[in-house]
Amino acid sequence: MAIWIDEDSKILIQGITGKQGTFHGTRMLRYSTNVVGGVTPGKGGQKIDLEGNEIPVFNSMSEAVAETGADVSAIYVPARFAAGAIHEAAEAFNENGGGLIVCITEGIPTLDMIEAVDKVNRYEGVRLIGPNCPGIISPGVEGGCKVGIMPAFIHKKGRIGIVSKSGTLTYEAVAQTMSVDEGQTTCVGIGGDPVSGTGFIDCLEAFENDPETVAVVMIGEIGGSAEEDAAEWVSENMSKPVVGFVAGSTAPPGKRMGHAGAIISGGKGTASEKFAAFERAGIYVARDPSEIGRVLVEALVDSGLRES
Amino acid sequence: MFREFGVNVLEGVHCKSVDDALAAYDSLGSQVVAVKSQIHAGGRGKGILYDPKSGQEVMKGGVKIAFSRDDVEEFSRNICGNRLVTKQTGAEGKIVTNMYVESGCDIDHEYYLAILVDRDRKSVLVMASTEGGVDIEEVAERTPEAIHKIWADPSDGLDKRDCASLSESLGLSGDSAEELDRMLESLYRMFLDKDCSMIEINPLVKTKGGSMIALDAKVSLDENANFRHPWREEVRDLSEEEDVEIRANDLGLSYVKLDGNIGCLVNGAGLAMASMDVIKLYGGEPANFLDIGGGATRESITAAFQIILEDENVEGILVNIFGGIIRCDMVANSVIEASKEIDLDVPLVVRFSGTNHREGKAILDSSDISIHTVSSLSEGARKIVECIGGGN
Repeated sequence: MAIWIDEDSKILIQGITGKQGTFHGTRMLRYSTNVVGGVTPGKGGQKIDLEGNEIPVFNSMSEAVAETGADVSAIYVPARFAAGAIHEAAEAFNENGGGLIVCITEGIPTLDMIEAVDKVNRYEGVRLIGPNCPGIISPGVEGGCKVGIMPAFIHKKGRIGIVSKSGTLTYEAVAQTMSVDEGQTTCVGIGGDPVSGTGFIDCLEAFENDPETVAVVMIGEIGGSAEEDAAEWVSENMSKPVVGFVAGSTAPPGKRMGHAGAIISGGKGTASEKFAAFERAGIYVARDPSEIGRVLVEALVDSGLRES
Repeated sequence: MFREFGVNVLEGVHCKSVDDALAAYDSLGSQVVAVKSQIHAGGRGKGILYDPKSGQEVMKGGVKIAFSRDDVEEFSRNICGNRLVTKQTGAEGKIVTNMYVESGCDIDHEYYLAILVDRDRKSVLVMASTEGGVDIEEVAERTPEAIHKIWADPSDGLDKRDCASLSESLGLSGDSAEELDRMLESLYRMFLDKDCSMIEINPLVKTKGGSMIALDAKVSLDENANFRHPWREEVRDLSEEEDVEIRANDLGLSYVKLDGNIGCLVNGAGLAMASMDVIKLYGGEPANFLDIGGGATRESITAAFQIILEDENVEGILVNIFGGIIRCDMVANSVIEASKEIDLDVPLVVRFSGTNHREGKAILDSSDISIHTVSSLSEGARKIVECIGGGN
């Protein structure tokens, strides 16, 4: 088991004929992800050859979902069209029993995201991850299911869940679990935008309910109060140990640190507040991402899940 | 922008000469007016005007309150064509060619009003307080109950009853309450149409006559929406922005200058922040945030080194790459090329992980430039701190 995606998931790629869609679609297939089709308006009926895999292209999401029975969509379309792509995917999945939308695109206007998230939330059974995120991956025995842009080879099937706002810092967390010989059930990058779909709590709840996940690594960053809310949720609801890190202790106030949402404004959203909330909630804190592995072992030992 | 959306602001006229200013005074029909120097710099009220030829001081204050037509004539003569020096212009100041003559108003009470994005509720928030003219963060800290909030529905917009209750919470009634309702509607429309991330009116004033007027305001725009607002390019004032941050941005780099002495070159915003944090954790001080982004090239990496080294405080550089789409061997070649092209005379510590990290390390280890390669972030941070002789 993993959360939200596994080797049986059927994936569509919105923007499959674009540069990003083709590049990452090919890499998803190399990891034996079950890519069943793509969508590019105006190119329906064609097939695109991704290293010998003939992938059918559809004009619309509703057509693609109806034809392929897909339940996951990866969005690689440019920012100005991305919110429209989310709306289209949400409607198509809503009419066909639900699904997961993973929006990789960076730079979508915030007001577009407010509308898109509102739409997705109206449809029970439709979930959005992102935007501006590396995506989600559930490693399998041979390959696995990768919906996003992360380097697949650093992962291994295992029992740790990972959730993070940052891309490369997620990879760092993955490498840390590997350094102590632990693999992952699922790794979710929720993205660093101010308004996005799935949040920390959604992921923590799914990991709590996933029988294969025994512990979670959570990586936050400055800005907003999602980490504080997640910490409170952990202290009230989580039986599994959580290891946490927050990026941005040294970030100056009022300056955007790369991600649109990573900004300390009005003295709020600092890393020290978030670390303090983690500690209050009994989360195992790593102050240095290179320590995540060591702290994870400590958490597993405390919970009787590992000898040493 | 406020006028375009029907938000009450004080009447004013843009002027370029003493005659313009006098005509403006006559047309405004207000006994008291403000005569303002228009330059792209703050601190105008406390600035000093000099004669550009003789260098003699002409007048203190670039924004003056005129109580008569004679005052308007005197002030506009002292402003127009002269050099205004404020704390933001530097010693050379700026020649004033534009003025703004604005009606005065009788203030009864000052309020605070802001429209912004609420990240937790994923909707647009309207925030108001009876304590205008002061720093809202102080109000939030001292008397949080003085701040009133309503939220817009993403599809239906602002609810009329919510607006009415907001006016009531501010103690407004009658025409003033109605005016505020209309203003909220207009501001919300402006927020959406112009893709704002914040509109802050401070103070919003109620005049003795009961009118509601936006006296001073700050508008922040969502840069992600630039593509559908070509007008922004025209109103953008590059002289107001940090030159090096704009140049970095144009190269696809995200750079923020800090006060320390260890430069950082990293891929990914989260990892870039974490690299700074870990440098600090091991006793060093980061000189910058720099995310080279997923689309980095040899050119952009060389430019990144140049930007880091422009900062004279930099005594060493930590390169931290977790290869995903970016390959460590490409970065290694770029580092070597950059070191040939520019004078890389500070200690360099490189940490590679992820895609092609072994190849990347091999390229650096076999090169003739002096680079310390390490395998983890903490090792890298410790090493660079040690190299510059600092840390604990």
